[in-house]
Amino acid sequence: MYGKGLRTLSIATVALLAVGLSLVFFYAPIETNQGFIQKIFYLHVPLAITALVGFVVGGVFAIAHLRSGNRKWDAYSYVSIHMSVIFGVAVLLTGSIWAKASWGHWWVWDEPTLVSFLIVFLLYATYYPFRYAIEDPERQARYASVFAITAGAFVPLNFLAVRMTQSLVHPRVFATAEGGLPNSMLITFLFCFAGIALLWVTLVKFELTAKSASGQVKRLRRALDAPATSPSSRVAPEVS
Amino acid sequence: MHALLAAAPALPLGEGGKYVAGAYIVFVLLLVIYVGIMAAKLQRIERELRDLAGFAEARTQGEEAAPGREEASSNV
Repeated sequence: MYGKGLRTLSIATVALLAVGLSLVFFYAPIETNQGFIQKIFYLHVPLAITALVGFVVGGVFAIAHLRSGNRKWDAYSYVSIHMSVIFGVAVLLTGSIWAKASWGHWWVWDEPTLVSFLIVFLLYATYYPFRYAIEDPERQARYASVFAITAGAFVPLNFLAVRMTQSLVHPRVFATAEGGLPNSMLITFLFCFAGIALLWVTLVKFELTAKSASGQVKRLRRALDAPATSPSSRVAPEVS
Repeated sequence: MHALLAAAPALPLGEGGKYVAGAYIVFVLLLVIYVGIMAAKLQRIERELRDLAGFAEARTQGEEAAPGREEASSNV
């Protein structure tokens, strides 16, 4: 029962996002250096953090799959990665819009944060062809789990490597030497982050519910179709 | 409108407004596209379920109409 609690989650997500967006536009002050375009960060940064954490979570589910052999964890891993890839698209698009507004370019190749996120995104974009190139479901799940664990381990390493580089242009949101965010911005950011993270959880649950329903329908079709549509497959062994 | 702007000093109306609006619209659009795709999947599941329900009903009615048919076919 993947759909259990989905309604409550959805309501909580909508409420949190509504509060977060209200705070963004009616409470958080305009940042001195960047001006109004800084408002994009209340969307862009939570999306990026959620996507990256989602990739790692996909790896953790993949470990659970390899340890237990339970296909349920593979489904969790797949959906986590799938949702994070979608969030990743949003990160790249909103980031590009901010870059255009701030730097005058849609994309800057010498900025490690941007390029490293793109590398992570492209790495996970290969997850789909890799997964579906394998026909046998058991092997597919096992290989996809190995991929998810390896790529999931790469994400924090990549993040740390970028963090250690001295960036001149990409702004750091948290705890910098200059003092980080003021409280009004921090509260707004935390609400937005909670809303986006809850959105990720809700959509993962939604997707799992849809996949489960689709799987149940297939099972039902097989059970109902067996005597009617495929008599030859049942009869053939007796003939031979 | 003036009251709203006075109550919401964070509202823009500067040059960056269109970019901020663009970013948030892109996010909403992505969500809408995702929900649309999921709605299409849900419709497919519903259609399949309807087909299966119809098939199951037809089979039940067929079995009720000819109760000895299965036994006869298994003997053959």
